[in-house]
Amino acid sequence: MRVHIKVNQVQRDCEVESRALLSDLLRDNLRLTGTHRGCDTAQCGACTVHLDGVAVKSCQVLAVQADGSDVVTIEGLAGADGQLHPMQQAFSECHALQCGFCTPGMVMSGVDLLRTHPRPDTATIREALEGNLCRCTGYVNIVEAIRVCADRMAAKGV
Amino acid sequence: MYAFEYERATDQKHAVKKFESYDAPRYLAGGQTLLASMKMRLAQPDALIDLGRVASLKEMNVDPAGISLGAMVSHSTIAQSHEVQQTAPWLSDLAKGIGDRMVRHRGTLGGSLANSDPAADWPAAALALEATIVTDRREIAATDFFQGMFMTALEPSELIVAVRFPQARRAAYAKFRNPASRYAVVGVFVAELQHGVRVAVTGAGPCVFRVPEMEQALVQSFQPSSIEGLHPLFGDLNNDMHASAEYRAHLISVFARRAITSAIHRA
Ligand code: FES
Ligand code: FES
Repeated sequence: MRVHIKVNQVQRDCEVESRALLSDLLRDNLRLTGTHRGCDTAQCGACTVHLDGVAVKSCQVLAVQADGSDVVTIEGLAGADGQLHPMQQAFSECHALQCGFCTPGMVMSGVDLLRTHPRPDTATIREALEGNLCRCTGYVNIVEAIRVCADRMAAKGV
Repeated sequence: MYAFEYERATDQKHAVKKFESYDAPRYLAGGQTLLASMKMRLAQPDALIDLGRVASLKEMNVDPAGISLGAMVSHSTIAQSHEVQQTAPWLSDLAKGIGDRMVRHRGTLGGSLANSDPAADWPAAALALEATIVTDRREIAATDFFQGMFMTALEPSELIVAVRFPQARRAAYAKFRNPASRYAVVGVFVAELQHGVRVAVTGAGPCVFRVPEMEQALVQSFQPSSIEGLHPLFGDLNNDMHASAEYRAHLISVFARRAITSAIHRA
């Protein structure tokens, strides 16, 4: 089946099987391998992307369901000049990753949280990360990075 | 996941017509349960009829007499709706506690009801609030809708269009989540309606059920202390690796009291 989809501001046209997942389309058709397949069963959140403006687990959406949609993956967050998104910057500075496998999903979830809660408290951040698993860090620095990013973005009024 | 035909419905009629042209099709709502079951080959439909673009299934109507929510309204839309928060905070609170943030963005009210998972949250609200399930061909009272584990009164091609929740005087939902899966080991929805009290329990039986002893006690006095010592018989409750029937009976009593307390405090 044909899927017309905008990914990171670029209009794409892909041929997929009806059973292909959005994560398959991103990784296999478009080679955007920053979207990680951790569990493929909607548990880990490593595959989180933004679909029409909200965070979803791309392993739990069919590619054909996303036909005509607008998708942002981790590759689409940094500026064209390579300038990191404030959330990526904060993850880096706060040492919010170790192996990095969960990181794309964590960053996409963090950005999605600030969309609805620009100044989240710790409990809100932890609740928002319920669908993202990290096996390395113990979460403390991930929560800290999201808080730091929120403070900075609020200070800059973005 | 086995291969299947994919059809994108444009409106309700088209959806039903497409459904009826296959042998073993399924409607695809948010897909947060169905796609997972298909990956595990617990479900093997020959076609999926995608409801994602049927605008009429996403309507919401909030007025003082009650709330009508389209079948394809997502948990997250219900959780974030100011109108729902103002009129029936028990519904937005329940929606907020389903799955996780990403699942709530996709998962839908109608999908949850049609699936009738023994541990789903929405069936408890529907039963306790005496909701009406509006389909493409009739209206079904929640009391008649849930018939067993993954079983409902829906006919094969019947499509849930919307759910009408009448206004309650006060209500609340409280659940105990499995520490790993986060599904409700036990969830209790308590509602004080114009004409009585309803206590609906999810997670503890083959499907959602009411606890009449508690309801009668709460009509006398809507206080946590009224139901002290009351719980359903163990024999009817789920007994599995997550919790024994005795433990579930205990949890029902604890979470019913928590729900009553929060209903009182919010009102
Ligand atoms: S790969 Fe999608 S949630 Fe784990
Ligand atoms: S940094 Fe290794 S899983 Fe999170």
